[in-house]
Amino acid sequence: MIALIVFPIVWVLFIASGTSFGSAVSDPKDFFITLLNGLTAAALYFVVASGFTLVFGLMRVVNMAHGAFFLLGGYIALRVQRNMVGVGSDVGLSSAQVNFTQWIVPTIVAVAIIAAAGLIMQQLLLRWNQGQDLRQALITIAVSIILADQMLAHFGGIPKDISWPGTFDKFVDLKIYETQYTLTRLVILGIGLAVGLALWFWLKRTRTGMVIRAGVDDRDMVSATGINIQLTFAIAFAVGSGLAGLGGAIGGSFASLAPGVDANWLLNSLIVVIIGGMGSLGGAAIGALLLGLVTNFTAAYLPADYTFYSIIFTFILLAIVLAIRPLGLFGRPA
Amino acid sequence: MNKDVTLDRGVGIGILVVLLLAPLVLSEYWIAALLTQMLILGVVAASLIFLSAYGGMVSLAQVAIYGVAGFALGNLTTNGNTKGLNLGWAEVPGIAVAILIAVAVAFIFGALASRSYGIYFLMITLVFSVIGNLVFGQVTNISGFGGISGIPIPDFLSRTAHPERLYFVTLAIAGGVYALLKYVVRTPFGLTLQGIRDDPVRMRSLGYSVAWHRTLAFAFAGLIAAVGGILFVWWNAQIAPSTIGLAATIDVLVIAVIGGLYRLEGAWLGALVFVVINNYAPDVGLISDRFHTLIGVVFLVIVLVSPSGLMGLWERFTSGRGRRPVVGDITQERGSGEPTPVG
Repeated sequence: MIALIVFPIVWVLFIASGTSFGSAVSDPKDFFITLLNGLTAAALYFVVASGFTLVFGLMRVVNMAHGAFFLLGGYIALRVQRNMVGVGSDVGLSSAQVNFTQWIVPTIVAVAIIAAAGLIMQQLLLRWNQGQDLRQALITIAVSIILADQMLAHFGGIPKDISWPGTFDKFVDLKIYETQYTLTRLVILGIGLAVGLALWFWLKRTRTGMVIRAGVDDRDMVSATGINIQLTFAIAFAVGSGLAGLGGAIGGSFASLAPGVDANWLLNSLIVVIIGGMGSLGGAAIGALLLGLVTNFTAAYLPADYTFYSIIFTFILLAIVLAIRPLGLFGRPA
Repeated sequence: MNKDVTLDRGVGIGILVVLLLAPLVLSEYWIAALLTQMLILGVVAASLIFLSAYGGMVSLAQVAIYGVAGFALGNLTTNGNTKGLNLGWAEVPGIAVAILIAVAVAFIFGALASRSYGIYFLMITLVFSVIGNLVFGQVTNISGFGGISGIPIPDFLSRTAHPERLYFVTLAIAGGVYALLKYVVRTPFGLTLQGIRDDPVRMRSLGYSVAWHRTLAFAFAGLIAAVGGILFVWWNAQIAPSTIGLAATIDVLVIAVIGGLYRLEGAWLGALVFVVINNYAPDVGLISDRFHTLIGVVFLVIVLVSPSGLMGLWERFTSGRGRRPVVGDITQERGSGEPTPVG
């Protein structure tokens, strides 16, 4: 088990034969870029998975429609952006045509609509069967099937992407190993950190956050003290879904939106929270970090003929965590 | 023997007779495409229902295991003209080794997930399933995106030349799977498994190894799913990563839930409903391309109205006024998740 952890580190630092890069010691610049790529990917994983884990931690609801919310958020931001710029959805945009407002407003609209969509789903379909966690998971799966098919009908199967504003779409000189690095990825990193800090502040320093943390430990006791726990559930569900919408707007700018992206992001969220421990925000951060680093380092540091095996390393990461801690790194039994 | 059992037996024998005589009445399309597919999907769904009804494990990895068997058979028996390893083995050892590989994979999945319960188990097996799909999509040595085609099929079973033979063989195997599962749940192993489903802590205190029994049950269900995978390859002569994607995983779950997650018969009932909707809904003008929306809506309605599926409706109907509690219906159970903290 230890060898499984030590060997990859030694490999990346000193050997890395047959890869497109050299080992980290001989080629520190590429190592540094891979590290940054891993961190920025982790930031986006965290934004999406933190919403998933927030909902689960408080309500025991596994929102299988989280990936569909991600994709829907992306498509909404896309449509709003195209309308603001004044072109149809099918037209590609270059970042020079888009200013900062034309990126941030679509993102905010996407977050708001997806938060509302999540709230509606929770109130209509999930509120009356609280506690039946499998049934609720099945309901959200049904919602995700319907949403995925409707999105295919309305937005088609061709990949589309939201355009970054010209403000972000450039390279910056990091002054370390003469690295030129794209600003958009650093923006994602910044958003990930901001979301993490905001959630931390909200949960640890505000009254609603206090109620949420109490609700995680004992829902019945919280409502017995006269607090309206249903209101808290509604707020948490809206915030959790809104984070999927935010992730979709960023993900749609960073990569593209197409059928199947919803499944990938559900998978990413599941892996992050299974590694980190369901319901733990700190766990989501660690899980996102591990997943981001493993996917980026395996893509870069596997020998060139074997790069397509990188998916197996995600499985190995999951297997190691589950073998040691079945509830995830930060998971706690009842 | 009470009245319900007699009725159920009568219906069971009736259905068997109907299925045996079906080729005399129904068109070749119904036999070769719809009913054969229904039987195959039923076998895969039965492996899921076995785990959920008797082991309390709702596994979404069954499609991945079925895919492993299919891809292994493809790699072992093809000879040159397609993707994959093209090992060119004979049919019989190919099938045996393919099933063995699938069961080994199921054993590993089961061992990793065996200490997780309820909704955690569902999520972990879902991740296994999607990773399995991605492995076959990305690793070009064993398949790659387009999958493996032209997999040799025993001559006497060829779907094009003898559609009714493949149908009868599939029917016999599906019947065998059903009988085997019914038998296993009455063995000491099956009873232990049901004990673990109801109260793992008590079973552990009685000296049973809970994780080991759950792992074995998962590997056994993997065997059933693998048989489904072999049948699928016989039926389709090819297998591609898209056949075992998330959509297929969800399809099998939908089948099991529509049928009823707690009774084995539900597997084939759900499969029949699914196959018919899948084939005929696109012809209905209003639905046409949006039949996945229809399946989603049917699924949603079933989960909202009768979480124990069509078999649950049947039992409510046949037991008349009696509100017989549905044993082992895990969708009705309340909060099994262990709380974990935020922050």
